[in-house]
Amino acid sequence: MSTSLLEVEKINSFYGDSHILFDVSLSVGRNEVVALLGRNGAGKTTTLRSIMGVLAPRSGTILLDGTPIQGRPPFEIARRGLQLVPEERAIFGQLTVEENLRLAALTAPKAWSLDRIYEFFPRLKERRRSGGRQLSGGEQQMLAIARALIRDAQVILLDEPFEGLAPLIVRDLVRVSRDLAAQGRTILVVEQNVVAALSFADRVYILNNGHMVWQGTPAGLRADPSLMKAHLGI
Amino acid sequence: MPSAPLLLSQAFNGLALGTLLALVASGLTIILGTLGVLNFAHGALFMLGAYAMYVVTAQTGSYFLGILVGAVFMLVVGVVLERGLVRLFYGRPHEDQILVTFGAGIVIVEAVRAIFGANTQSVPTPSWGQGIVQLGFLFYPTYRLELIGIVAALLFALYLILYRTSIGLVVRAGIEDARMVGILGINVRRAFLLVFAIGVVAAGVSGMLYAPIVSVEPDMGSSFLVEAFVVIVIGGLGSYPGAVLGGLIAGEIISITSAFNAAYSEVMLYAVMALLLVLRPQGLFGSEGRV
Repeated sequence: MSTSLLEVEKINSFYGDSHILFDVSLSVGRNEVVALLGRNGAGKTTTLRSIMGVLAPRSGTILLDGTPIQGRPPFEIARRGLQLVPEERAIFGQLTVEENLRLAALTAPKAWSLDRIYEFFPRLKERRRSGGRQLSGGEQQMLAIARALIRDAQVILLDEPFEGLAPLIVRDLVRVSRDLAAQGRTILVVEQNVVAALSFADRVYILNNGHMVWQGTPAGLRADPSLMKAHLGI
Repeated sequence: MPSAPLLLSQAFNGLALGTLLALVASGLTIILGTLGVLNFAHGALFMLGAYAMYVVTAQTGSYFLGILVGAVFMLVVGVVLERGLVRLFYGRPHEDQILVTFGAGIVIVEAVRAIFGANTQSVPTPSWGQGIVQLGFLFYPTYRLELIGIVAALLFALYLILYRTSIGLVVRAGIEDARMVGILGINVRRAFLLVFAIGVVAAGVSGMLYAPIVSVEPDMGSSFLVEAFVVIVIGGLGSYPGAVLGGLIAGEIISITSAFNAAYSEVMLYAVMALLLVLRPQGLFGSEGRV
C-alpha cells in the first residue's frame, strides 16, 4: 500500500452523538481519480470533511503521503497539499474573483501564477474583477476548483462538483476534471451524478449508511445493475 | 428654531463625533464580523486608551509620545486579552462571550478606578491644537478641527489595511466564512489574534484622541460602547464601510438634535435605528444572516 498518496484506515466520525462513519477505509493512489458514490446521507461529504480535518474522526488513521494527518487542523492539512472543494463551493461573495484566488494562494509554497490559472479558466479572467456573489453557479464551481489549483494541491477532494449545474456546464467541468487527471493530479470525487463521475474515474467506492460496501472499477459497476440499484437507487 | 451659525457649528461637532464613533465602531465591527464575538469590553478599552494618554502626557508632556506609547500599550492589552481570555470562548454561545467580555470590561474599569480614583482627569490640548480657527462662516476650536482630519486619516489607514493588504484580505474573507479561510491553508486563529488586537488599538486610540476634549473618568466608555453598538447596527454587522457611514450618521443625529433639544439627541438616535431595523434589518451595508 506504500504507493497510496492518501490512505484512510478505519475512521469513525460523529456529528455530536450520531455516529456517521463506521470503520471507513479507502485509498487513493498517486495520479489516480477515485469516485466515492452513495445515496444522500450515506456519509460521502462526511468522509471528505474528515479527511480535510474539518471534522476530526474519533478513531482511525489518515495518511497523506505516509504522514498521519488525522486530528490536525484544516489549515495544516491544506499546507501539506490536500485541498477540499466543498459542496457549497464557499466562494467569498464580498471578494472579487481575483481576491478569492490571491487568498487561496497566500500560504501555498508553490502557488501558481494568476496567469496560469486564467489560462486554464479563461472565463475567470473575464470575470476577475467581479464579486464572488455575482458569479453564476458554473463560474463559482470553476473558481472553487481554481482555488485548489492555484495552491498546487496534490490531492483534490471534490464534493459534488456538478450539483445544480446545467448539462452543458457539467460537460465543461467534466472536461476540466479530465484535464486535471491527465496532468497527474490526484482526485477523490463525491458525486450524485454517477454517469458524469464514472466518465473520468479510475476506481470507484460505494458508501451506504456510513459503511464502505463496494469497491471496483467503473466498468465493474456498470456491468452490475443490481449494485447500482441496491446502493445508488438507479 | 436654532440660528444658522449654531446649526453649522453643531454639524461640525457631528462630524467630529461621527468620525470618532466610526473609529470606535470599526474596531467593534471587525471583531464581531471576523471572530463572531460581540466585545462588551470595547468601551472600557476606549477609556483605558484615554487613561494611557493621561499618564504619558502627565509624565512627558508630549502628545505624540502619548499616542505612540498608548498605542503600543493597547496592542499589548489586546494580545493579552485575546490569548488569555477571548480565545477560550470562540466556540462558545454568544451569551458566554458577552458575559466574559462584559466582565473583563468591569474589571478594567474598576482597576482604573482603584488606581486613579473616581475623579476626572484632564489631558492638555497639544500646543498646535490650541485656540480657535476662523473658518469664515464660524469660529471652531482648532483641536476639534484637527481631530476630524486625524481620525479621517486613521480611518483611511484602516481602509488600506483592510482592502489593500494580505492581512486585510484574510480579515474580509474571515468575516464571511472563517472555516473556509482555514480550509485554504490559513491559520485563522492567528488572524483572529491580529484582528482582535487591531480592534482594541482602534478603541484605545479613539480614547486617546478624544481625551483632550472631554473629562477622563473611569465610566467614560460606557456611553460610547452603546453608541458604537447602534452604529454597527445602522451600518450592518461586520461591515467596515457600514461602521464608517453609520458613525457619521450617528454623530450628526446626536449633534444636530442637540441644537434643538439636547435631551432628545439619544432618543433620536434610537428612533432612527428602530426605523432602519424595520425598513432594512440587515443595516446599510450588511448582508442578511452574515453574523
